[in-house]
Amino acid sequence: MSYFKVIAAIVKKDILMEVRTKQVINAALVFAVLFVVVFSFTMEIGSNMEQKLSGGIFWVSVAFAGILSFNKTIGSETDNGSFEALMLAPVDKSAVFFGKVISNMLFLFLVEVILIPLFLVFYNVNIIGHPLMAVVIILSTYAYSLIGTLFSIISVRTSSKEIMMPVLFLPFMVPVIIAAVLATNVFILGGQIQFSYNWIKLTAVFDIIFTAIIYGIFSLIIED
Amino acid sequence: MNVVLLRKLDKIFSILLFFIIPLGLYFAFIYAPVEKTMGLIQKIFYFHVSSAWVGFFAFFITFLFSILYLVTKKVEYDDLASASAETGLLFCTIVIVTGPLWARPTWGVYWTWDARLTSTLILWFIYVGYIMLRQFMEENQKRAQFSALLGIIGFINVPIVFLSIQWWENTIHPNVVQKGGGGMHEDMFTAMLMCLFMFTVIYIGLVIRKLRIINIERQINYLELE
Amino acid sequence: MENNSLQQTPLISLKQAVKRYGYMQALKKVDLDIYSGTSVTIFGPNGAGKSTLLKVLSMQCRLSSGELLYNGTPYKKISDDFRHKFGVISHQLYLYSSLSAFENLKFYGSLYGISNPEKKGEELLKQLDLYKRKDDLLRTFSRGMLQRVSIARALIHNPEIIFLDEPYTGLDSLAAQKLSTIIKQQIEENKTVIMVTHDIETGFFQADNLLIMDKGKIVYNRQKSSINIDDFRKEYMSVLGVEAAV
Repeated sequence: MSYFKVIAAIVKKDILMEVRTKQVINAALVFAVLFVVVFSFTMEIGSNMEQKLSGGIFWVSVAFAGILSFNKTIGSETDNGSFEALMLAPVDKSAVFFGKVISNMLFLFLVEVILIPLFLVFYNVNIIGHPLMAVVIILSTYAYSLIGTLFSIISVRTSSKEIMMPVLFLPFMVPVIIAAVLATNVFILGGQIQFSYNWIKLTAVFDIIFTAIIYGIFSLIIED
Repeated sequence: MNVVLLRKLDKIFSILLFFIIPLGLYFAFIYAPVEKTMGLIQKIFYFHVSSAWVGFFAFFITFLFSILYLVTKKVEYDDLASASAETGLLFCTIVIVTGPLWARPTWGVYWTWDARLTSTLILWFIYVGYIMLRQFMEENQKRAQFSALLGIIGFINVPIVFLSIQWWENTIHPNVVQKGGGGMHEDMFTAMLMCLFMFTVIYIGLVIRKLRIINIERQINYLELE
Repeated sequence: MENNSLQQTPLISLKQAVKRYGYMQALKKVDLDIYSGTSVTIFGPNGAGKSTLLKVLSMQCRLSSGELLYNGTPYKKISDDFRHKFGVISHQLYLYSSLSAFENLKFYGSLYGISNPEKKGEELLKQLDLYKRKDDLLRTFSRGMLQRVSIARALIHNPEIIFLDEPYTGLDSLAAQKLSTIIKQQIEENKTVIMVTHDIETGFFQADNLLIMDKGKIVYNRQKSSINIDDFRKEYMSVLGVEAAV
């Protein structure tokens, strides 16, 4: 069976399950929206701080929503041991992994799509003010999902996954968070667009390097 | 690794350190001249920089042996990778503690979000994750494989973290405090090298000690199981 | 059949197989040949290494040292496609509770790349008395029904080698009966069946070869044709010593 068909089968299954239960979206979305609302209390009204802070609030809330949703999606694989059955199937193990990455990425996109109008309503900030922002969102969300899926597979096997997941995930994602926030700020604050190029490149390099490494060694770290 | 050999090595390094540590301290505090503007506080520099170098070296060793472990699946390589990571974390902690101690009298603040110091802090968190993972899992092949993965991608992430923080620093604080340095007195340079040597030997000694502990723990577990 | 099998290459062959978990040795230099079309049952107390042996044979975990050969080819040279031949039934369900029985089967069918997962799925569900509830979500199913779906899942791609890890644990009588019918049927179709159990009754009747494992070693290996169940029970106890009898 071809590599991409395996990915497609996993994604299709995950979407079907999510449509049924809505557990990932519910958990992640409620959290992200709460984050955005509660954060507004830290800002002085009418001080224009919203403009400067929105990029940061957006990407940090997506990061935390991600931590929740990655743990949920991996939970559906480990509840009845189905992850083992996937590893037993006559398919490339890393294809199963990238299938989960794509599923997680789609769920995070959904969270982002709902958060963006919220920023417009609450903070009067248009996150997606420039077409290049789409590139930032795609590259950064992929980075979140790639590393998040990997670390969720690891932390689900530890005795306390709720602690392990953020401890592994957040420091590792520092470059991506910095890049995403500062690139977003360029667009929100109306700086010169070329200031965002370096950040986009940095995220792209991050994506390429870690996709290649994980593709190369996934089967080595997952086998018993 | 051989338990008897480890015990011998441990003893040799203990004796070596008995002589090398006073020697290093002599070079740092007596041999090297007192810096004119910063005064005595500058002495911390020898230990700060040496720990940084040895810390990075330790994580490089972890990276190397993590790869070797994944290729060969030999438990010894996992032991070495983890012993080195734990020791590296210790030196990383020294860097983070001595940094502010130096910064306060010199620059007037404890913490500066300087790229090197901040990257070291992030690095510290990444390897804290590595150590926590090992504590939250039972000793088995999975744990070794997962730690090896972290040892590899954590190290590869270092330059990316550093680059991103440096660019961030330039964006947020365009006027960075001018860092000290410039021309170093020749004797200071000698003292620096001596301290680096001392810290490297301490690192090797600690890794050997840790390997010994791992082996003893394994023996105890085995005896309990029998 | 035994005479034939002596000449042909074994389907699965273990040579000096060692599996270490940390400081513990789960398999200690195990040698074993399994021929195509035979039914092998591996008995033994808890912690004897039975499940590890089954995992090694089904390529779920790698050996620490020693060799594993399929039709004479080392397993490291065997492609992912070869796992097509494996079907695993264990006390783990390997199912998704928010999908229906039919959707579970279709998903696994598609992973195994079978041509007509719908038809095969329906066929199996009928055989297992689940057809009426094929579109219900699994979270509404009883344990026994879930076990039956799990059996269907393991057989959806028509595997040639069936691995059973304590399959009767926790089954209700209907599921147990269905399972034994299906195992018999698979044996009749000349499939290779490898089962791990500590229950002598269920393991004995279907087996051609009887194995006993203890402390990571195979301590007993003989053809069933030469022994009846009472004698085997006595031998099981004498091989394992007093603890097994208690």
